Amino acid sequence: MLELALHILDIAENSTRAGARHVYIHLNEDREHDLLNLEITDDGVGMDKESLAKAVDPFYTTKKVRRVGLGLPMLAQAAEMTGGELILTSEPGKGTRLKVTFGLGHIDRQPLGDAAGVMVTLIAGNPDIDFTYCHDHGDQSYLLSTEEIKKEIEDVPINHVEVLKYIRNHIAEGLKEIGSEA
Amino acid sequence: MAKITIEDLKKIKERVHAETALRDGHLRVKVTVHMGTCGIASGAKEVMDALLKEIEEAGVTDVAITTSGCMGLCSREPLVTVEILNQDPIKYEYMNSNKMRQVFKRHILEGEIQNPFVLARGAETQK
Repeated sequence: MLELALHILDIAENSTRAGARHVYIHLNEDREHDLLNLEITDDGVGMDKESLAKAVDPFYTTKKVRRVGLGLPMLAQAAEMTGGELILTSEPGKGTRLKVTFGLGHIDRQPLGDAAGVMVTLIAGNPDIDFTYCHDHGDQSYLLSTEEIKKEIEDVPINHVEVLKYIRNHIAEGLKEIGSEA
Repeated sequence: MAKITIEDLKKIKERVHAETALRDGHLRVKVTVHMGTCGIASGAKEVMDALLKEIEEAGVTDVAITTSGCMGLCSREPLVTVEILNQDPIKYEYMNSNKMRQVFKRHILEGEIQNPFVLARGAETQK
């Protein structure tokens, strides 16, 4: 995986499978400290200490259909390559929080990629889950909340093609407006 | 391009209401794009993008899209399952945006199964 957006998609899909009702995605381009911070928080089933310790082990998985679980290890590697790190915290019954830092200007940092497409994919596949996408760049900030969109569109499903198109354009325009350079 | 505002959502709502009033709004097809780590790494998002674009261009409202996790056939990803109402689900392997467009036009719209891309018929037994 060569784009951060794809990692976000992968991790957020984990949250949806953990039974989350709300997934919060926060990106922060911190020019001052030359850091890119990514935070994904969910209110899913969470993990106990034992699973948490093994979660970044590529040979640990809870699935029965294969013997490897590469999602988190690949993200950890992408972060470590840029001098950053991945911190996972979780509490059973409460949810999981993932914090990843990257060296923003590091030559090995993966580009953000198609964040709009990723959010659309997440929302299309999981219409019942509420997603919040927040992206900070310096003192400017972009926010998308499916909860708010759902209030506006009332009985129109959020995964209706027209609404998805709106969301895609909204994110693309929003990120351009805050001058995202990731 | 004009700035996208909340007003646009209201317009979408009104337009969708007007459209669905004419139809009974039943879903005819369910398309599942498998979005495990393996699927994503091999291009499932591009497949999803192509599918959404096709649906948008064709203006169909009876096709539902969903995502699922890895089912253990990582080497054959990206996988797409097409389920037409009252028919066996068809699983397509090694998908890409071109194949997705073909499957959409021929199978989803016209009902003609695209045999060269088919991995299996029938439902998943485990997930």
